[in-house]
Amino acid sequence: MDFPRILSGNWDKPNSHTLAVARSCGTYSRVEMALKKAPSELIQIVKDSGLRGRGGAGFPTGMKWSFVPGPEKRGNKPVYLLCNADESEPGTFKDRYCMWKDPHLMIEGMIIAAHAIGCKVGYVYIRGEFRYIYDRLWEAVHEARAAGLLGENILGTGVDFQLHIHLGAGAYICGEETALISSLEGEKGQPKLKPPFPAVEGAWHCPTIVNNVETLAAVPWIIQNGAAAYKALGTEKSPGTKLFSCSGHIRKPGVYEIPLGYPMKDLLEIECGGLLPGRKLKAVIPGGSSVPVMTPEEVYKCTMDYESISTVAGSYLGSGGFIVMDDTTDLVDALTNLLRFYAHESCGQCTPCREGCGWMYHILCRVRDNCATAEDLVTLKDLADNIHSKTICFFGASAAMPVQSFLLKFKGEFLARIEAASKGIPAGSSVTSPEQRVGA
Amino acid sequence: MSSHSTPIPPSRGPVEWSASDAVKVADIMSRYPTKQAAVMPLLWLAQDQWEWIDLDVMRLVARTIDCPPSQVHAVASFYTMFKKAPTGKYLIQVCQTLSCALVGAEKIMAHLEKRLEIDDHGNSRDGLFTLLRVECLASCGSAPMMQVNDHFYERLTTETCDQIIAGLRSGKPLALPRPEVDEWTFRVS
Ligand SMILES: Cc1cc2nc3c(=O)[nH]c(=O)nc-3n(C[C@H](O)[C@H](O)[C@H](O)COP(=O)(O)O)c2cc1C
Ligand code: SF4
Ligand code: FES
Repeated sequence: MDFPRILSGNWDKPNSHTLAVARSCGTYSRVEMALKKAPSELIQIVKDSGLRGRGGAGFPTGMKWSFVPGPEKRGNKPVYLLCNADESEPGTFKDRYCMWKDPHLMIEGMIIAAHAIGCKVGYVYIRGEFRYIYDRLWEAVHEARAAGLLGENILGTGVDFQLHIHLGAGAYICGEETALISSLEGEKGQPKLKPPFPAVEGAWHCPTIVNNVETLAAVPWIIQNGAAAYKALGTEKSPGTKLFSCSGHIRKPGVYEIPLGYPMKDLLEIECGGLLPGRKLKAVIPGGSSVPVMTPEEVYKCTMDYESISTVAGSYLGSGGFIVMDDTTDLVDALTNLLRFYAHESCGQCTPCREGCGWMYHILCRVRDNCATAEDLVTLKDLADNIHSKTICFFGASAAMPVQSFLLKFKGEFLARIEAASKGIPAGSSVTSPEQRVGA
Repeated sequence: MSSHSTPIPPSRGPVEWSASDAVKVADIMSRYPTKQAAVMPLLWLAQDQWEWIDLDVMRLVARTIDCPPSQVHAVASFYTMFKKAPTGKYLIQVCQTLSCALVGAEKIMAHLEKRLEIDDHGNSRDGLFTLLRVECLASCGSAPMMQVNDHFYERLTTETCDQIIAGLRSGKPLALPRPEVDEWTFRVS
């Protein structure tokens, strides 16, 4: 398929992370273009392009930017731009490539975004485990500063933008935008109730835009080629290209850039190289561990865009973490694995989430170990339903959705375990052959 | 992250920033509009210097940013990567989340436990290794994987684990490439 590689075009060039190579690929040429335009014009271009946030929620980027109150309303409060590089959603590893392979593209996107929203100081919040990328980002920032692309009076245009890199320290929840802000402010990384939305009142009580790495990296191309060119890619409601992180039981795991609207079946069979020899597809999680699971029938009907995944499968494109499970997978084990993650990562502020995630995990352990009853499954579903939408942040729903969808779409596997328990069959004997365990 | 409180760590006595660190401290403080925001970068700087964060380190950071030590303690204990106790020279963190589990993380963990003769959260007797199960490290496409200090080792097999451990033991850590990132091949569809 032929389409412009907006995000990954430079990744296979040697030393693509250096300023010299980035510039030879045209990076930063869009800064000049953008800084000559009025901020409102930039926002309009991004709005018209239909670019949607790639961090998970898919919120229209141009619209988000337009929520920042103008100078007459915000008075002398500064505006902040935060790049969300916390990337900790299980199954997602695209931002890591973006930053490692082409950090200057993301920085270029940040300079343009900063000008559009009237921001003079920005931060990249990167997860602590990416320390080696953190070092690379600082190198890139120093290179860009020395070249007059960051700092005061960028390229003589009178525009100022200072960029700093902030290292997290191991907490999944800091990827949630209000938690990220708390963490940047030097507090515990706990989410806050919205509204106020960060665009109005965010970091240090000032208007703040939080955007994902991939979202920002798409901006320079849009400025250069125009909204119409971006809209020409992908589908009407999901324009452009997106990076998909593909993992699990496939022959060629990796990150692939494809235009949205691409058939899911082709992503699986062409880009991912298909399943391992002799295996059959059992389930796919299309957008990172938090989104509802899909059955093979749904996979073959779906295209990779926000609308299709939600209408066909009641799931979400999310962050684009595409996790493939073949017929050797024990789905009870798989769900238990995910719930351990959520039980561990809940920040503990909301009772339904703090208590519920641990409780769901413990019930699932019992199901997995063939010692649960039918009543346990009812409790499990009840818990999930009672966490969803009843918490401060979306983490609660993220933990509930896998449970609800696994129980809905693969109920048979759970019932088989209950039945085994009623017959006193120990775990790992006849219901699950050892190679069917996730950890096998 | 963990929301439970941390045990009081062993103490080494009062600490002070060295002259060269003081320069870094000033640079860090200049990046943020408030002093409080410097707490995480300062804890990182301190951890680089003193390996783990004890009460005296927390007091130093609190003094530096003019806040009560309890506030620094709250932050230090919220984030798992701030070490509240000494670990082995090599901190081995094995990812156990779904994508890694699907392709054999459990086998890698069991193998390491046997080789190093320690369990999850254990320290080896020679002080070289600490072994930890952790959640997704955003390396799912090159699973199974582990992080040793700042380095990611990916697409692990029990054999490569043995080579890596032998390398670390001999003091000459294997500079294995990061396969996912360094040998990235773009496949045009
Ligand atoms: C529990 C939770 C975790 C999140 N983790 C991330 C993350 O690691 N990276 C990210 O970019 N967005 C993450 N998000 C989404 C952010 O809150 C926010 O919507 C996003 O960064 C906005 O950027 P975008 O509009 O460019 O997508 C997370 C959200 C939730 C509820
Ligand atoms: S939903 Fe969970 S993670 Fe989010 S604020 Fe509440 S307790 Fe914390
Ligand atoms: S699941 Fe192991 S790195 Fe993501």
